[in-house]
Amino acid sequence: MQFLRNLLGRDKVAQPTTDEEQPAAVAADRSTLMVGWATDVGEVRGHNEDSVFVVTSVLDGDESLPSFGLFALADGMGGHQAGEVASSLAARAVTHYITREFYLPILVRDERDTSQPSLREVLIDAVRAANDIVADRVPGGGTTLTCALVFGPRAYIAHVGDSRAYVVNEAGELEQITHDHSLVDRLVELGQLTRDEAAVHPQKNVLYRAVGQGGTLEVDTYVRTISKGEMLLLCSDGLWGMVDEAEIATIVTTSPTLQEACEKLVVAANKAGGRDNITAILVAPPMV
Amino acid sequence: MSDSKEFGTQNLAGANQALKRSTEPSQITPVAPAQEEIGAPPVPELGTRNIAPPAAREEQRRGHDPVHLSPHTAEGRLPDGHILQGRYRVLGILGVGGMSAVYKVQDMRFPKVTRLCVAKEMLNTATDPQVRAMIERNFEREANILATLSHPGIVQIYDYFSENDRSYLVEEYVDGKDLETVLGETEGFLSEAQVINWALHVCDVLSYLHGHGPRPIIFRDIKPSNIMLDSRGRIRLIDFGIARLFQSGQKGTMIGTEGYSPPEQYRGIAEPRVDVYALGATMHHLLSKQDPRLEPPFSFHERPIHKTNPLVSAELAEIIGRALEYDINKRYGSAEELQRALSSLGSARGMGGTAPFGATSSIGASTSVLAVWRFACEDEIRSSPLVDDSVLYIGSYDNNLYAINAKDGKFLWKYATEGGIGSSPCVHEGRVFVGSSDKVLYAITAESGRLAWTCPTQGAIWSSPTAAFGHIFFGSDDRHLYAANFHSGRIAWSFETEGKLRSSPAVGEEAIYMGCEGGVVYAVDTSGQARWRFRARRAVTSSPALTGEMAYVGCQDWFIYGLDIRSGWPVWRYRANGPFVASAVTVGKFVYIGSTDNQMYALDTDTGRLVWRYAAEGQITSSAAVTDEAIYFGCVDGAIYSLDAQTGALRWRFQTEGPVTSSPAIAEGLVYIGSSDRYVYALPL
Repeated sequence: MQFLRNLLGRDKVAQPTTDEEQPAAVAADRSTLMVGWATDVGEVRGHNEDSVFVVTSVLDGDESLPSFGLFALADGMGGHQAGEVASSLAARAVTHYITREFYLPILVRDERDTSQPSLREVLIDAVRAANDIVADRVPGGGTTLTCALVFGPRAYIAHVGDSRAYVVNEAGELEQITHDHSLVDRLVELGQLTRDEAAVHPQKNVLYRAVGQGGTLEVDTYVRTISKGEMLLLCSDGLWGMVDEAEIATIVTTSPTLQEACEKLVVAANKAGGRDNITAILVAPPMV
Repeated sequence: MSDSKEFGTQNLAGANQALKRSTEPSQITPVAPAQEEIGAPPVPELGTRNIAPPAAREEQRRGHDPVHLSPHTAEGRLPDGHILQGRYRVLGILGVGGMSAVYKVQDMRFPKVTRLCVAKEMLNTATDPQVRAMIERNFEREANILATLSHPGIVQIYDYFSENDRSYLVEEYVDGKDLETVLGETEGFLSEAQVINWALHVCDVLSYLHGHGPRPIIFRDIKPSNIMLDSRGRIRLIDFGIARLFQSGQKGTMIGTEGYSPPEQYRGIAEPRVDVYALGATMHHLLSKQDPRLEPPFSFHERPIHKTNPLVSAELAEIIGRALEYDINKRYGSAEELQRALSSLGSARGMGGTAPFGATSSIGASTSVLAVWRFACEDEIRSSPLVDDSVLYIGSYDNNLYAINAKDGKFLWKYATEGGIGSSPCVHEGRVFVGSSDKVLYAITAESGRLAWTCPTQGAIWSSPTAAFGHIFFGSDDRHLYAANFHSGRIAWSFETEGKLRSSPAVGEEAIYMGCEGGVVYAVDTSGQARWRFRARRAVTSSPALTGEMAYVGCQDWFIYGLDIRSGWPVWRYRANGPFVASAVTVGKFVYIGSTDNQMYALDTDTGRLVWRYAAEGQITSSAAVTDEAIYFGCVDGAIYSLDAQTGALRWRFQTEGPVTSSPAIAEGLVYIGSSDRYVYALPL
């Protein structure tokens, strides 16, 4: 009845919560965001067209801010190095935009007002900024872009393409947050293909939406609270296309650290053939 | 590189726009009986579209080309003036595709006249000699079938031959424009009658092809750029694709146009209904001006034509919708069937468009309902009822708080305050709480209607109280949020805001949320300290709706904001066409809120995207009550509306004699609401 004590006694001391059960993968320090990541060229490709960008920050003290993390994963496409240039540009541009429009303002302002764009608008505009830059500088190139802004326990996700965001829950289940912008995914939705047929369909790599296509890009956004015991996983199709979800979940929930989990995911994808570049980012928000 | 990611539709569209006449591969397919096709494995030629830059394509092309023999330029084109087979002089290039090109040629066999033809060139890139020979044989076989076709809507095939690793099809030259070009040159929209007329002619051609013996011929690539309008205004299908024969096995290339092809085509199915769908897609594009190659695949039904082109009739839209069914068995069974449906339309007979969409959509299956009971107060009712334990409590401008039997509308008791009541009551542990414009908050025993305590403030109380954690939270026109002890009415704390508090406090797990007329939304913690503030542009009269994650607040600045409940950061906002006064309600994935622009909005909780909206006939300041199936709200037009919660379709409308600003309460299988005609109504759900 902390609520009542507050109500009557103006007790303003923040109470650290005590967490009895922690999944193995979450380390003891819960006041900050825990992060692991790994990226690998795979077994077949000559170069890595995936890009990954990770930013975390902590402001602690009497007047603390919720922990902040920004994660961008991009899987590039297009020949002649266009893929890696596009994915790197996109990851940098989206991070730059969100930092400037969201994170820097909250460092100096505690009141919100309507002059600030909504978070959803920030995310969408950030991905569109990336789209403009890639279309401008890498003609013929393109990239997927899945970006998660984690603020306290909440994850705000912007997404274009067929990289994925999952939430791994305590029971070791994978919940897919994003929808692939691929032709075969649409066919699966319509009941015209099964998941298995989609996985081997000759057009499985055809995207109908990608960063770098120019124009006004439609961006999907999602909001998800990462509850206690849950983790956010971002990955490219080099992981989800090679390793089934049950195995991904097992690796994530049985690894001692998030970093180790990411590295094991890469190993598993390579063991399965490593036909594409593999990237994984795991995030566990603070448990306060 | 087979796993490399590639663009789908976008580049395709770009490529097409660059061409006067597309050489995108299409096909003419003498198919086996449909049963054999169903369930066939995906055909290999449904590969991915290559987005390799032209330079790379040329490399590939030259790689298979014996350079010393080729008359082709470095770009892989035939130079103007080159003569094929000693007969066809190249006059210019009409278009290029990945593995093919189309030339305008002159037939020199007729020296005294200028007989123009089209020569379509396809590159045989197969490296295996046997495969090459097979491709050539198939080409010859199909060219022979094409040459036997005779229909005024089909370009005539004159000749075919192979030389220099390339095969050529010589066709009639059509002087005209394809419909993609026509559409691009049209300001505004093409007329419905025009599009129907073209479609009727395409149906005619398709009927001819599908009726071809011994096997039906499936065009497989109906799209605006493959339909030519000749100089006399007649329709001609062009680009009978034989090109696919040369593209099988070409990784990174694709056949069939994304955007116009039905889902089953991606499973390798080719039968007449494939063309019916593609014609539907073509009509959708022509009428809506939305290029399906720029939209998510199979999204026609999410993009009804009337959304971009309000002139299109509902009847035609319905026919196109049926041609575009993703389930092949729900589509028209044949081109003839589609043709019959189209010819039955008034606009097909030159009578012009029939009723546009807007005119028919508001005439729904609206029904009325009868009140189960009604109860008369002595003055207007502007606040909302509350039902607890079969008793309905409601305040009126006649100063009284009434207790009424919710089942039959029988009067139980009333308590007179000293001002009109615009605040809605709350009940907690046997007590009813209500504020009055006499500046006092009253606690009254629910059973007898006797006063328990009062809590005076410095301003009128229009804000509705909320009971939580042993306290009553309410706002006052004296600009304060109060936390009063439930038992005694003693004020535990008050919180000063920047304006009158008309909105009702919403209590969450960690804080109390409310907006003020000064345009600020506050999150105040349980000790009366501000957690965060959100400053809107105008007054915030509506009360926040909370989920565990978000607070949804309508504002008189025309926006509803989805705020992160912990930080107050706006996650999304949605703009109506007028100020919000009503409060939001959230159920499942929807936020419902009415606006003074007369519309009820259903928005997605996570993104703020519009799911549906419904236009009432007056301002909506009443907040909705929601069940799984339906939402209920009052309107200043005097009516109480019930809409389908998922679709926004009108279920019923109940007319009262005065504006309804009261918000409904649902209990006991009935919906209760007050009206400024002085009555409280009990209506069936």
